[in-house]
Amino acid sequence: MDGGPQENGDSTPVVRVEDLVKTYHMGSIDVHALRGVSFDIDKGEMVAIMGHSGSGKSTLLNLLGCLDAPTEGSYFLDGELVGDLSDDALAAIRNRKIGFVFQSFNLLARMSALEQVEMPLLYARDRQRRQRAEEALAVVGLEDRMHHKPSELSGGQQQRVAIARALVGNPSMVLADEPTGNLDTATANEIMELLVLLNQERGITTLIVTHEADVAARTQRVIRMVDGAIAGDDRTARESSAV
Amino acid sequence: MSLADGVRLAFRALAANKLRTSLTVLGMVIGVAAVIALMSLGAGAQASIEANIRGTGSNLLFISPGVQSATGGRFVDVSATSPTLTFEDAEAIREATIPGIVDIAPTRNTNASLVAGGNAFSTQIIGVTPSYAEVRTFQPQVGRFISDDDLRRRARVIALGQTIATELFPGQNPIGATVRLNNQTFTVIAVMEESGQATFQSRDNQALVPLTTLQTRISPSRTLAGDDIVSEISVTLADEDEATIEAVTNEVSALLRLRHDVTEDDFTIRTQQDIIEALGEVTGTLTLFLGAIAGISLLVGGIGIMNIMLVSVTERTREIGIRKAIGARRRDILVQFLIEAVLVSLGGGIAGAVIGGLLATYMGGVSFGGRALEGHLTPEPVVLALAVSVAIGLVFGIYPANRAARLRPIEALRYE
Ligand SMILES: Nc1ncnc2c1ncn2[C@@H]1O[C@H](COP(=O)(O)OP(=O)(O)O)[C@@H](O)[C@H]1O
Ligand SMILES: [Mg+2]
Repeated sequence: MDGGPQENGDSTPVVRVEDLVKTYHMGSIDVHALRGVSFDIDKGEMVAIMGHSGSGKSTLLNLLGCLDAPTEGSYFLDGELVGDLSDDALAAIRNRKIGFVFQSFNLLARMSALEQVEMPLLYARDRQRRQRAEEALAVVGLEDRMHHKPSELSGGQQQRVAIARALVGNPSMVLADEPTGNLDTATANEIMELLVLLNQERGITTLIVTHEADVAARTQRVIRMVDGAIAGDDRTARESSAV
Repeated sequence: MSLADGVRLAFRALAANKLRTSLTVLGMVIGVAAVIALMSLGAGAQASIEANIRGTGSNLLFISPGVQSATGGRFVDVSATSPTLTFEDAEAIREATIPGIVDIAPTRNTNASLVAGGNAFSTQIIGVTPSYAEVRTFQPQVGRFISDDDLRRRARVIALGQTIATELFPGQNPIGATVRLNNQTFTVIAVMEESGQATFQSRDNQALVPLTTLQTRISPSRTLAGDDIVSEISVTLADEDEATIEAVTNEVSALLRLRHDVTEDDFTIRTQQDIIEALGEVTGTLTLFLGAIAGISLLVGGIGIMNIMLVSVTERTREIGIRKAIGARRRDILVQFLIEAVLVSLGGGIAGAVIGGLLATYMGGVSFGGRALEGHLTPEPVVLALAVSVAIGLVFGIYPANRAARLRPIEALRYE
């Protein structure tokens, strides 16, 4: 673990966090969700964040996704300090640089898959949003389900819609918080396949929070968290043939 | 997010809750319809009063005793001895042959009961001169009007308004019949034409007798000097020009001041326009008052919108969280909810304007206090109501919308 300059030097890391601290105040009790976390993530990396429940994984991901602000520490996204940015500036970062995939899918009940995927482009005022949303849905293999609402889709299909929505704006990274947590094993494998494929073929920087070892086994790097701190950061060669 | 996208989103959100949306819209519909219907009826009342006043004769000046405030009919006596206007004053004005004056009609009113057969009718008796028919454009429908001869002889003759004629002599020809008034017998010489409604008291309810008869036989009223008191002197002018009105007013004032030996006017000269304006102020206030009452229901409609929007924001907290997570700015959320509120209020406003307009138009046939009240739909209340509904949507929508916009994304996402 180092906060120093990047060895390969040819590009700034997508993420650099330094001594990130997050403390929740619950009445008189302080909950130390993150106790000083530092790491870099390079462009194109696929990282698994593992740890027991309550170890601070979601807290970390929410900070990286600019959904929440750290109590202390600094966070550089694409070399830019995401410190005291305004709400609207943070919204713009979430819109352009980050794609979220949630455990509970977080789709809007009333909308078709196509509309869900168009939504980030709506806020980006993208004129070609329909075409780009269709392309993103094709990438996740849902070209024939574009006009279905979430209630008409299986869990795996819903998560594919969510992935398409995360991808459609061409973000700097995709953040997935236990994306397979609500799925059966077979579907979970399919979703993992998809995320790995997107990372390999399109070079999308991806962070996946998981507590399943076989998910972590598919990534090049595993950050292990214990009680709000990083307990291990293993870079392994990508075992692209292993399933 | 563009405005068009916002409107599209808002329509879908409203369509997702059709019953709730319709009920909220209904609240606005009732408010706006009430405002437009009541204000139109007020305007209609004003228009019909104006038409009635004009209908009582054109180019008229009215001289009445005492100083009257410009806005109302309230008498304010300027001297301890009540100011008076006399028949002799009227004659003096006539004899002065003031240029611009065509004719003069002094009148005096009293109240009395008329009895014929088994029927009685309590009403206003007006003592008039023969010129009254011309000056006030009120002619007999059958029979003849009061003549100079009647006036000289203080004849016990009477001309009945339409209503009195039918009340006292149902299904009969009253001409030549007799009615009793103050224990005296009067011969009916005329039934006057139907005048429709007059301002405060319909002329159809009035009976006319010679001024001299009223003065000597019914209700004598003289000044200390022995002059015959009159209630009002109507003056017909040659034309309606400002200059004519002013010249005649000045001449008559000078003459009366001289005759009454006063330096300040102890009488009031009003034009028809003055009366229309004075009444217009009264009806205008009434219209505003009605509008304000209706406005309360509009306010209630607005509160309904706010209430529903607050519920909606709470229900859709998670949606707001999702939208924020994928990049909606505060403004995007604010605008989305504001558009919803304004669509509801404007939808209610448009439907309410249509219904209010229909009410105002078709309430024309409804009889109100014995006279037909006609709605008078003008564009102003419609434009006003629509503008007000948009404003209501904005005012009552801004708080819920702002509440939605300010939600922290992480907390909104966590909301169950
Ligand atoms: N909004 C919050 N308020 C208070 N405590 C919180 C909040 N979110 C998380 N925590 C606490 O912070 C710690 C880390 O939580 P989290 O990041 O969700 O863990 P994980 O995702 O690894 O299960 C836990 O102890 C949790 O109870
Ligand atoms: Mg978690």
